[in-house]
Amino acid sequence: MRVTAPLSRIATTAIATTSLAAACLLLSGCSAAAPAAVETPATAQPVADGAFTLYSGRDEELVQPLIDQFTDKTGIVVEVRYGNTPELAALLLEEGDASPADVFLSQDAGALGALGQAGRFSTLPADIAEAIPAGFTSTDGRWVGVTGRARVVVYDGERYTADQLPDTIDGYVTDEWAGRLGVAPGNASFQSFVTALRVLDGEDAAAAWVEALADSSPQIFEGNGAILAAVDEGVVDAGLINHYYWYRTAAEVGPENMRAQLKFLTAGDAGSIVNVSGAGILNGAAADADALEFLRYLVSQAGQTYFVEQTFEYPLLPGVASPEGLPSLDSLINRELDLSDLDDLATTQRLLADAGLI
Amino acid sequence: MLRHGTAALLGRVPVSAAPSTRTPLALIVVALVSAAVAAIPLAYLLVRAGESGLTSIIDTLARERVVEYAANSLGLAAATTATALVLGTAVAFVLTRVQVPFARTWLLISALPLAVPSYLAGYGWLVSFPGINGFAPSWLLLTAVTVPYVTLPVAAALRGASGDLEGVARTLGRGPLRAFFVATWPSIRPAAIAGSLLVALYALSDFGLVAMMRYPTLTWGINSAYSASFDRAQAATLALLLVVLAFIVVAGERAARRQVPRATARAVAPRPVNRPVLLALLPIVAVAPLVGVGVPLLGLLSRLLEAATVREIDVPRLLGAVSSTVGVAVLAALLAVSLAMPIAALAARHRGRLVAAIESVGYLGHALPGIVVGLSLVFFSLAVVPVLYQSLAVLVFAYAVLFMPKAIGTMRAGLGDVPPRLVSVARTLGMSPLQAWWRVTVPLALPSVGIGALLVAIATMKELPATLLLRPTGVQTLATELWNRTVVFEFGAAAPYAALLVLVAAVPAVILSGVRSAAKEEL
Repeated sequence: MRVTAPLSRIATTAIATTSLAAACLLLSGCSAAAPAAVETPATAQPVADGAFTLYSGRDEELVQPLIDQFTDKTGIVVEVRYGNTPELAALLLEEGDASPADVFLSQDAGALGALGQAGRFSTLPADIAEAIPAGFTSTDGRWVGVTGRARVVVYDGERYTADQLPDTIDGYVTDEWAGRLGVAPGNASFQSFVTALRVLDGEDAAAAWVEALADSSPQIFEGNGAILAAVDEGVVDAGLINHYYWYRTAAEVGPENMRAQLKFLTAGDAGSIVNVSGAGILNGAAADADALEFLRYLVSQAGQTYFVEQTFEYPLLPGVASPEGLPSLDSLINRELDLSDLDDLATTQRLLADAGLI
Repeated sequence: MLRHGTAALLGRVPVSAAPSTRTPLALIVVALVSAAVAAIPLAYLLVRAGESGLTSIIDTLARERVVEYAANSLGLAAATTATALVLGTAVAFVLTRVQVPFARTWLLISALPLAVPSYLAGYGWLVSFPGINGFAPSWLLLTAVTVPYVTLPVAAALRGASGDLEGVARTLGRGPLRAFFVATWPSIRPAAIAGSLLVALYALSDFGLVAMMRYPTLTWGINSAYSASFDRAQAATLALLLVVLAFIVVAGERAARRQVPRATARAVAPRPVNRPVLLALLPIVAVAPLVGVGVPLLGLLSRLLEAATVREIDVPRLLGAVSSTVGVAVLAALLAVSLAMPIAALAARHRGRLVAAIESVGYLGHALPGIVVGLSLVFFSLAVVPVLYQSLAVLVFAYAVLFMPKAIGTMRAGLGDVPPRLVSVARTLGMSPLQAWWRVTVPLALPSVGIGALLVAIATMKELPATLLLRPTGVQTLATELWNRTVVFEFGAAAPYAALLVLVAAVPAVILSGVRSAAKEEL
């Protein structure tokens, strides 16, 4: 009866696996695109050293070519960390002042607002902060808007035409829409829309709308992409999403293959607000010239045109043409709505929670 | 004096150790260190939840939606555990007690669902059946991908279980099923219950699948809290609720687990059966791989074929992702096994409230969604070792915290199976307790250590949320690359990464299905 195994065999196996692991990691280090970061405690003073760190809540496929364009033009090296906007925001809040990030590129204003309120952003210089018209950027200069995103209704093109559907958001919570509308109440852009409803129509009207929505048993989704996919498959009749989701899917599969179609609601209605994506400089990088240069690039003609062509979002720099086929930004903009009022989501969430939606 | 003291601390004198063995204080201390590591997320959650104050915590917990979340989480976990237990035991029984052609291949196939991340399984099904959502698909798909956690240990236990008692039961007039329950089930029960614990914790912590199936569980609530409100305090409160549920599950497992003295085993030869019976039994084995692997992969393939963006595959990048994935998986497995070893060794031979507490804490990480563990380690590493932040060391450490529980159960069973009298013999030959442990117990328990390591490796390869948070900037794994592409609807570009992820994770799954317990075969 064998009682012991040669220890040398166990030891050899352990050494072999560790060497294998080390080899794999060395190989992966060689093929990783980004240059390796020097690991210093992140309280080092930022300098204009030709490089900076970006946390991007917008995905790599979209942003990397823009960054490459920027690097070609300026020679500044950008080390990018990609992730979901909410998770990166949570990460930045958790990291606090020890964060290695210099710039945060966000998918929506809610994250920017939350970070601004937590005091994580430094004030931007006037030339960046004032490049974008008021109403599409922060009121205190802590972050700058980069692109515009319109709320729309996506509907099943095989069952309806655009004229058959209500033109205002109130029409989508009536009894006849019971169970037929898809919404993502946990999603930041939906919550921004409800906040806009509160600002534009008043607290009582907004509360009534949310109650009506809850009573009509909407189909709940995790995000805009899921709603679009469901409408495209014929699972739901209509949903509330951001406009560019449709365009990006159409670019993947071809517009003629899209069963789902878009309807823009009446201008001035809360259901057609234009929200923004944007960027800000983190506290520790206030004097980093490279980071500021990148923000300048984002709100420049070249940067804005890039977004128009790649994501079909609205450019915010005056003078840059909107994507073809979309209603002009001016026709959608609601002069009464101040985007910074959308920063406060807490009350909206209480409203949605009381209605049982989140 | 020391012996009495530690025996008193542990509540009882150890059950299966020889009378002359002391309960080693050193072992308790080392196990406490491992438990402290596993408790890092708990400490983080308490700090964050505490920031908002007691009234806020109570407000959150009293919300109707939160009660619904908690009920859904528990219900899903209970249902999944029940079906996985029954199906897993049935599959293990068919594969070990019935003469099946290509038995090794079937065992391999039955282990394959381990290699498929739950979000991939959900996505693959949604491609083919777009309308599905809610409890039923979540339950069925979770069962399909977690059945191997029960099948593999039960199959190993059945191989070693004695057939004599069952034969005796038959001669005494019991029917075959009753004989199985009376004679064989008690000896495979610890393995089955340990596997069920992993299933239950997996079901509690899963987010990807339930998000796709739109079934609102606590993990959905936690994710909403992070995504929309950036309210980490609220997210932490919900995560603490999840921890409470996990402790209930772990306590249940402890109550259900009963140590059965191992009899020397004469292995049972698989019985031949005729073709109709075989054709009736094989679908039992095939159903989980079909649901968990077959249908999703077919769905992905169909998406690949119809997608307009079948891009050129960036081979160096793909290889980079593969080597990162394999590299961190191996390191994580080694670290997790090392951390789990003291806890497993303590729990294998000793009883008492302290041991129970240490073991329960060790299971903690497995019940929490990856984003919570990830953020807790951001907090911890920045507070304690800021220079290591966003380095591989912290990432591997996170995996070890997350997946240590997968190793604890199997190693505890393996260590507990080593006959104490062999250790006594070694002691009478003059070895110290540590030497006897290293030269007798460890080599015999090595297969179970290997199983634990492989389970950790597979789980690491599939992990996504903690990886996204903690990875060094620029390092990608197959899971993060896959996520990059599905997030932008580039399903055509995602397919090669999805396929490769399942392939790479299938390798340890296949090895796992082949690992046999040396002690059981050779005694």
